[in-house]
Amino acid sequence: MPKAKPAKGTPRPASGPVTLLVGTRKGVFLMKSDRARSSWTLAGPHFLGNIVNHLVLDPRDGRTLLCAVRAGHLGPTVFRSTDFGRTWKEAERPPAFPKAAPGEKGLAVEHVFWLTPGHSSEPGAWYAGVSPPGLFRSDDGGVTWEGVAGFNANPMRIVWIGGEQEQGPPGGATLHSINVDPRDPRHLYIGISAGGAFESSDRGETWRPLNQGVAADFLPVKDPEYGHDVHCMRLHPLAPDRLYQQNHCGMYRLDRPAERWERMGNAMPKAIGDIGFPLVLHPRDPDTLWVFPMDGGTVWPRVSPDGRPAAYVSRDGGRTWRRQDKGLPAKQGWFTVKRQAMCADAHDPVGVYFGTTSGEVWMSASEGDRWISIARHLPEIYSVEAADR
Amino acid sequence: MNVLIPSQLRDYTGGRAHVEARGATLAGLLADLERRYPGIRFRMIDEQDAIRRHIKIFVNQQQARDLSAALAANDEVVIVGALSGG
Repeated sequence: MPKAKPAKGTPRPASGPVTLLVGTRKGVFLMKSDRARSSWTLAGPHFLGNIVNHLVLDPRDGRTLLCAVRAGHLGPTVFRSTDFGRTWKEAERPPAFPKAAPGEKGLAVEHVFWLTPGHSSEPGAWYAGVSPPGLFRSDDGGVTWEGVAGFNANPMRIVWIGGEQEQGPPGGATLHSINVDPRDPRHLYIGISAGGAFESSDRGETWRPLNQGVAADFLPVKDPEYGHDVHCMRLHPLAPDRLYQQNHCGMYRLDRPAERWERMGNAMPKAIGDIGFPLVLHPRDPDTLWVFPMDGGTVWPRVSPDGRPAAYVSRDGGRTWRRQDKGLPAKQGWFTVKRQAMCADAHDPVGVYFGTTSGEVWMSASEGDRWISIARHLPEIYSVEAADR
Repeated sequence: MNVLIPSQLRDYTGGRAHVEARGATLAGLLADLERRYPGIRFRMIDEQDAIRRHIKIFVNQQQARDLSAALAANDEVVIVGALSGG
């Protein structure tokens, strides 16, 4: 595999405090560090009792937060804060599918699952991925949302996702991993679980599947064009032709303009396998990434393999992998890490963070070489994002 | 008419459990509630005008199944966040 060619303008490492934006099954927590990232204070909860799938900072202004919220009884919505979480205001028009014509069955957003800020040249632009799989866009900082008709009303949508499902495996079918090419705001990638990876070159008006080489061993067809189960897909901002994907059926890498994914997970230890949810990129090195494997055998326990949690890091674009478990439970550790619940900061060395299904937040200030627990007893964690402020 | 708001939705009503709203049908009543308390309707009613799974609306103690239910000025409307599981 060739080394990625980083674009010019590699950012300088951050040096100040870090704030972790933690979304959980019962609300939002904010964790702030000192400059050394050695002590942390926990604030919150916000939205106590509400399910928060994703809480994301707008990197274009460094203070606007968008939060995907729903309560067990109530419909889904998006809350916004323009003062980094001091005050919140609900979207005036949250993501919602169009009303169906009389006699036809329309779609209803079950929850907003994923939030992605738009291109740096488009202040106020955001994308949201929802369940059932749908893509929405806001051009006013998340106040109002419109469906991206090129996907949501695409006659192939129902085929790509294999039909509407009442509620699939945990959380239901969903659209996530929205990646905007930093060179071109019209160029988008999305992942659907299940449905596959898709690419648009016209801001979402048209889409095409991008799944060659990716296994889908739960489908009866060999080498299907779509229907794959993307768990997390990320484009490296410094090498935007480099895509990494953690899939239900392995770990992959794609260097555009190639169309065929390579299974970098083949280099993982066979006893661990290459199944998991999250995938985290190094902010300055497109060849470095972390994953957090889970048990995807038999009935899909979705726990750390053998009860021994560990991250794995690759420094060569997925050619080789190294286990990173110092500080983590050596046995009987049965948590796992969801797809939005692992992230990196921009320091040097990079801080790597993850939140667990059992409500713990772990961090490493040494790029994964040693882990420490920085929060316990939180609700089940769905997302962790690091903000350098 | 008097509408009982469940605890899950009282952020929208300034904490008030009982509010006044008008409407000749449940749809009209919900539109009036939305005018008075922006955002409240979508939390109860989805974009296809279906009452959400864990919301129940009772008119004079009878459960309304859809938004076409007719209302009179002195009807009592109770909105419930229905419990389901632990």
